[in-house]
Amino acid sequence: MAYNKPVPVPQGESDFYWEKAKKGELWLRKCNDCNTPYFYPRDISPCCFSKGTDWIQASGKATLFTYGIVQRAPHPGFVDDVPFVTAIVELEEGPKMATNILIENPSFDNLEIGMNLQVVFEDINDELALPKFEPA
Amino acid sequence: MTDLRKTVAIVGVDESDEIGKVPDKSNLQHHAEAAYNALEDAGMSMKDVNGLFTAGTSTLNLAEYLGIEPSFTDTTAVGGSSFIIHIAHAMAAVNAGYCDVALVTHGEAGRSARSRAGGNASDPGSQFETPYGFLGAPINYAMAARRYMHEYGEEYARQGMAEVAVATRKWAQLNPKAYMKDDMSFDDYHNSRWISEPFHLLDCCLVTDAGGAYVITSAERAKDAKKKPVWVLGAAESHDHNMISQMPNLTRTVARNTGPAALERSGVSHDDIDLAMIYDSFTYTVIATLESLGFCGPGEGPDFVANQRTAPGGDFAMNTSGGGLSYTHSGMYGMFLVLEAVRQLRGECGERQLDNPKLCLINGTGGSLSSTGTTVLAVD
Repeated sequence: MAYNKPVPVPQGESDFYWEKAKKGELWLRKCNDCNTPYFYPRDISPCCFSKGTDWIQASGKATLFTYGIVQRAPHPGFVDDVPFVTAIVELEEGPKMATNILIENPSFDNLEIGMNLQVVFEDINDELALPKFEPA
Repeated sequence: MTDLRKTVAIVGVDESDEIGKVPDKSNLQHHAEAAYNALEDAGMSMKDVNGLFTAGTSTLNLAEYLGIEPSFTDTTAVGGSSFIIHIAHAMAAVNAGYCDVALVTHGEAGRSARSRAGGNASDPGSQFETPYGFLGAPINYAMAARRYMHEYGEEYARQGMAEVAVATRKWAQLNPKAYMKDDMSFDDYHNSRWISEPFHLLDCCLVTDAGGAYVITSAERAKDAKKKPVWVLGAAESHDHNMISQMPNLTRTVARNTGPAALERSGVSHDDIDLAMIYDSFTYTVIATLESLGFCGPGEGPDFVANQRTAPGGDFAMNTSGGGLSYTHSGMYGMFLVLEAVRQLRGECGERQLDNPKLCLINGTGGSLSSTGTTVLAVD
């Protein structure tokens, strides 16, 4: 069945992020002024508003910061997915990002805030893969 | 900072002609009807208006539709709190002499609209949230509530949320314009279906069709208004993120800054407030906001609202209209906080009227717990 969820439209400063994701790698921007990684990718850092920034590869390890279990699909593309887990995860490098947790029969019992997670990549079309997380 | 207390007053308020489920009326119709009614309430006409404020559509659309050429125009749009923030902007504009009669309108066919705008693909959320189903407030706010439960206890937080839902419904039962007036028990709350866990249906605001408007003018012109002026004492605004995944602290909104700032500028303290109008997009929004404003400490919200303290007859009057949870919520609800505040301060609320309130604090929250505007209103 055709993928009919919202699809990201990469922008100039995020092309690299999405190209790497397609190869199964999660990359972050880092501010060289304060040596702090940040998410989402921006050429100028939000911490110091510095143009001195690099890309770094993330380990793919994260912990669960918070989540919700969506029972009513917010969009036709998610109808077959409910219940599904929306989550904010804290990457090992520090930044937080929005994602989904891939887990069978999600509930307050099998999702514990602080639990260890590992990134996985879901191919959504020929160009793009979404980083998602599963219990480590 | 310049002392602007009582330099401007709200002199007219009203909803659009019908609110709730109103098929076949567009957003702009709700704006226009509400404007018509609010100007009549003020004893003014559209010819008097020279400052125009709205959110959700451009004032370009709105001014053309209304047939005016404003000398001050402001489409500050930071979510449902915008209409609280417009009070502060109107106060500044009137004091600077850019306009002397400011009209602020809202209209949203949240239930019946025939078309909806999509997101902008170049906004970060389109790449980094919506592909994961971070779509709509119930999903985004639920994650903040889940974090609150983790920090302060699930059962404890749940009871606080239930108290807010049940108390707010009791107020709605006293408001003829309220959309949901059926009895709600605690069991009804706990048994209502899940929308986005931890939110039950009855944690979530309504989705209605509604418009609202208010008129602000200088102290000088307020003397000629039909009704007694409702003074603006002080206001503050801020935002600390847009996407929920970027929120610095999921249990503290930026009302932590705007609350204390608005009170200081108003020269009053928490204990002076007779009525709190708190944006209740969700039950959790109220808990987090009461704490952030400083009515109680972090994690103390559920205790603060315990035992139906905010219900009719309780000792902390809050959301006496029945709120976004039970009276009306068109999408950007902030406007309706102002309407109820003004009516309570004027003594126009019939069965739900408080005993001679003098001071009301309004706090609007917009986006994904992103923006807040806090304002204190008063009557002599």
